[in-house]
Amino acid sequence: MSIDVKKPKPILQLVGVRKTFGDFVAVDRIDLDVRQGEFLTIVGPSGSGKTTLLRMLAGMDVPSEGNITLHGELINDVPPNKRPTCLVFQSLALFPHKTVGDNIEFPLKVRGVDKETRKARALELMRVVRLPADYHGKNVMKCSGGERQRVALARALAYDPEVLFFDEPLSAIDYKLKKILEKELKDLHRETGKTFIYITHSLEEAMVMSDRIGVMRAGKIVQVGTPEEIYATPADRFVSEFVGEVNVIEVAKSAAGTWQGVDLPGTYTIRPPKDEDAARAFVVVRPEFMRLLDEGETADNCLEGTVYNEYSLGSRLQYQVHVGAKVMLVEVPRGRLANAARDARVRLGFDARDAIVVGS
Amino acid sequence: MRATPSWWGAEAIALRLPAAGTRAALPVALLLTAGFVAPLVAIIAYSFATPRSFDVFSSFTLENYAGIFDTSNTVWLSFLWSGLFAIATVALLAVFAYPIAYGMDRLFGRWSSLVSILFVFPLFVSENVRLYGWVLFFIKNGVLDGSLKAVGFDGGPDILFTPGMILAGMVYTYLPFMLFPMTLGLAMVPKDLIDAARDLGASRLQIWREVELPLAMPGILIGMLLTFVLGIGAVAEAKILGGQSVIVIAHDIEIAFTYSQNWPLGSALAVVITLFIGVLTLAVFGKLDLDRLLGRR
Repeated sequence: MSIDVKKPKPILQLVGVRKTFGDFVAVDRIDLDVRQGEFLTIVGPSGSGKTTLLRMLAGMDVPSEGNITLHGELINDVPPNKRPTCLVFQSLALFPHKTVGDNIEFPLKVRGVDKETRKARALELMRVVRLPADYHGKNVMKCSGGERQRVALARALAYDPEVLFFDEPLSAIDYKLKKILEKELKDLHRETGKTFIYITHSLEEAMVMSDRIGVMRAGKIVQVGTPEEIYATPADRFVSEFVGEVNVIEVAKSAAGTWQGVDLPGTYTIRPPKDEDAARAFVVVRPEFMRLLDEGETADNCLEGTVYNEYSLGSRLQYQVHVGAKVMLVEVPRGRLANAARDARVRLGFDARDAIVVGS
Repeated sequence: MRATPSWWGAEAIALRLPAAGTRAALPVALLLTAGFVAPLVAIIAYSFATPRSFDVFSSFTLENYAGIFDTSNTVWLSFLWSGLFAIATVALLAVFAYPIAYGMDRLFGRWSSLVSILFVFPLFVSENVRLYGWVLFFIKNGVLDGSLKAVGFDGGPDILFTPGMILAGMVYTYLPFMLFPMTLGLAMVPKDLIDAARDLGASRLQIWREVELPLAMPGILIGMLLTFVLGIGAVAEAKILGGQSVIVIAHDIEIAFTYSQNWPLGSALAVVITLFIGVLTLAVFGKLDLDRLLGRR
């Protein structure tokens, strides 16, 4: 392994971390470097082990195997109250019998900070998370969902952790508010300069906020990269499908070295997969790269099908086109008039440079 | 007198049938009236009747109450004993039941239902039978004393028929009534909050003081209230284990209604104790959010 001097030093390092519950392997030998000050999101479907991973990082679970180091020091067995890390729970875990102010001041109170200093710090943090100052004495259960998020965030910041963990705190928030809070969280990341590790099942959420995204599946991290890398060069079919709706065409290499469609017959012009010797591959085409071809227009690969339905996606229109036994999705910007009506025969096309080829 | 037809019509409909809710509540209302309100009214009425008479509703006197609050009578001593026993029972139970409740909620896992059954099981046997069992165990030449003598010791301690024995019997008898509300209270504390408090730097003691205890308080308070009320009204322990060395208030009431046939005095005593417990109960429930306790919110 070569040493890349440009890379910031990892603050948290996971080496071969594994967690089993009886026969069940929740987290399966994960290696991961978390860089100082980055916003890293671990994304994966439910049951992929991301919460277990986070609980180990926060100290609430101890790894069965492997090492977790913080600034190079082994912290496997360090309890959560002795770690400079703090977790914002999915449930937020606010203390229902305490006021907003007492919730935020909790980490300071248990540390023995005096009352005035505590209150001053709480008010300062309430300003940071955009909570009005008169909420200090408010019953935390009387706050709205969005306000509770802010209280939980302020409370975590009051602990002054080096690393902040987030366990899907926005999952119960309605869409519009979620969009606002996502951006605020990213702004807060910038303002505080702390390392954020966020887990979610929503890649959309991950894309908005993260510097880097790790995609988890069945206890393993399948790919780590910037949102652009995850989007443009997914490691496999799972990642590509996780990113959003995609068209997948299975192809097999013929004796002559050309790629033949498995369920959609024809010869496909595609870039070679990473594994040059692979006999089978999946061609992944995002709906926005699949084109409705005009009369006489051509593309590297052409398909013919029947329009089944049209969906409005706001600024874009999506068409569901039946090609043979498969369903293909095509997206065109609204305004660029498409000549597709229901049951119309259309020609679809995509170019080799727009198609991602993955081995599995 | 003139009535408008429309008004008359509306009244007719209203008179025809009460609302469905009222009708549905009627059986319970009747049962409560016959089973609880009527006896209560009778007791209150008796408490103002001429002492040692049955002139209920036909005489009115405060003599019975005056007698209770007259310190030359010894009835205040019975109140004191009952109060002391009840307070001591609640205090001891709070200390004993908390670790068991904690274990049932956090530690025993799948064994906790077995532990619950073990604590419920004695309730299937009559309280008097169980207390007589204690008497047989501790009495002179009984199970303990006799066994110790048989193996050459001087015999068991002479603790039967003492206030200490009464208290031990009460703690034993009322343990389930403290334990289960307390377990419920502890089970209501979300585990997330404990994890969060720990994550925010709190020590075990701080977690207990700041999070666990205040959130489990409703259950603990209900357990305390329940055992206090039971303790104030307890009579079997004092009679059987105390051998009448101490007279508690419930025993006084019983004597008034039976042996001395002084129903007005017995009623007045009952009213005083009911008022005392009623005020206490209201004070405690005023502090509790029952909806939250029952998980409706």
